[in-house]
Amino acid sequence: MQTKFKSSKWLPYLLLSPSVIIVFIFFIIPSSESLYYSFFRQNITGTRKLFVGFENFTRLFMDPEYIDSLIRSFLFTVIVVVFGLTISLGIAMIANKKLRFFNMYRTLLIWPYALSPAITGMIWALMFNPTIGVASNLLNNIFGISFNYINNSTHAMIFICVAAIWKMLGYNIIFFLSGLQNVPPEILEASIIDGANAWRRFRTILLPLISPTTFFLIIMNTLYAFFQQFGLLHVVTEGGPGRATDLLVYKLYRDGFISMNTGYASAQSIILLLIVAAVTFIQFKSSEKSVFYGT
Amino acid sequence: MEHKKMINKKKLENLSSQLIMLLVLLVVLFPMIYAIIVSTQTNAEYFRFPPRITPGSGILENYSEAWHKGNLGRLLFNSTLISLVVAFGKIILSILAGFTFVYFDFKGKFFFFIIILITQMLPLPVRIVPTYMLMSQLNWVNTYWALTIPFFASATGTLLFRQLYMMIPRSFADAAKVDGVNSLQFLWHIVIPLSKTNIAALFLIEFIFIWNQYLWPLIVGNSQEVRVVQIGLKQLIDTDAAVNWNVLMSGTVLGMIPPLIILIVFQSSLIKGLSLADEK
Repeated sequence: MQTKFKSSKWLPYLLLSPSVIIVFIFFIIPSSESLYYSFFRQNITGTRKLFVGFENFTRLFMDPEYIDSLIRSFLFTVIVVVFGLTISLGIAMIANKKLRFFNMYRTLLIWPYALSPAITGMIWALMFNPTIGVASNLLNNIFGISFNYINNSTHAMIFICVAAIWKMLGYNIIFFLSGLQNVPPEILEASIIDGANAWRRFRTILLPLISPTTFFLIIMNTLYAFFQQFGLLHVVTEGGPGRATDLLVYKLYRDGFISMNTGYASAQSIILLLIVAAVTFIQFKSSEKSVFYGT
Repeated sequence: MEHKKMINKKKLENLSSQLIMLLVLLVVLFPMIYAIIVSTQTNAEYFRFPPRITPGSGILENYSEAWHKGNLGRLLFNSTLISLVVAFGKIILSILAGFTFVYFDFKGKFFFFIIILITQMLPLPVRIVPTYMLMSQLNWVNTYWALTIPFFASATGTLLFRQLYMMIPRSFADAAKVDGVNSLQFLWHIVIPLSKTNIAALFLIEFIFIWNQYLWPLIVGNSQEVRVVQIGLKQLIDTDAAVNWNVLMSGTVLGMIPPLIILIVFQSSLIKGLSLADEK
């Protein structure tokens, strides 16, 4: 507890006011309006407005496109979180073994963190371009797979998963490394050395020790998978082929800003809010002691 | 004998770890290297079959075409301006908020703390339609205002500074009070100089975050004057019937260099900031 300064009554409020005003005008009021509009049928210019109760929500859950988008988003999130974190933890454990050039690895591995999802999308689209892409050619030559994210729905989904995982790898590795650095080296050694019990040791000793880091990364990657993919989708697949990569945020954009369906889009915003609230709730419940640190 | 075996095993393990790390590094960095390579190839060079990963001879033509056709000068200027303004705005507002929460007692403290934290729960898609409507009411669509002001508040930053300030030795403030230093002087002369690492870490995080924004600038910043590089590059894809990958990659490389420079310059602060955030 710090010593408090005595001041005129209004000084603390004055110092807080810029943040609080911004939060109210651009966060709290618009979010409440999302809730409000979700009960209306209205176009974006606001010329006509009709109270419809829960109709937007019932329509949503009767809409096969939306249900499909919901399932795909959850699938995408699970894949990004599970594969992304497993791979990152593996790499972090290898890099953490008092390796020479450790600092160089750590410095270079974080580089993709600086790339935007949109730019990531452009580069990966080129690499996996069905005709001239170096990666698709490699896949074709080695495994005989003709990878085509443009026509093939499954390939498109795999494509966005891989690109999204790749972008977060460096970020995840850095956090795992800083988590592993607090684990006593003997425990780490013991859990890495091959043997019948290595997996057991890993699961029962190491994993609990780094669980605050893991937990933090699960939350961050979940939010990333739900909310940061728009650029990637808009640049590469535009939700296609068909609606194969039409994740929730992309569908919201289409309904809100292409079809100008305000009420329907607002209802989707509220569903997204419920998802964030659930994630936040889990975070609060499970990590009341560990420190919150977000992007 | 046994000892020697151990050492050999250790060496072998180290060697294999190094090889694995090099492979990992290659996988992680290859896409960026590939983008740079293609940005140097002429049309004939990148259309070869099978594709080659060797630098070509079209570097000047590609970059100049991307620069002119994509209006990249303006795009990069806009992205830089917006990212700098938002990063500094967030830093200033977060320092003020973090400082206030630690060094003052006042009515409604907990309420205001929750209010600022709640931003974390309200990502753009949750409030996108009403926020857009607000922008059009304010006549802010296609202005720098829309791309900067709504981003000034930061829960991350407030938490980061609050946490740092709680760890400043109590004696600092006590001594300041004895010397008759008021709170704002204390903030300016003592607290801000102690915040350098956190300022750098937050600057890095927020600059990159804003530079990489896509959805919001697509909706409210789609005019020549305020368009940012992410959206401009997408337009470069859409203008021609077939994508000129070498030209596009030139633009892509230019678009990824500024945040990368920021990352490289401030990386040590980020790692220090992270380990600080990890402390209980």
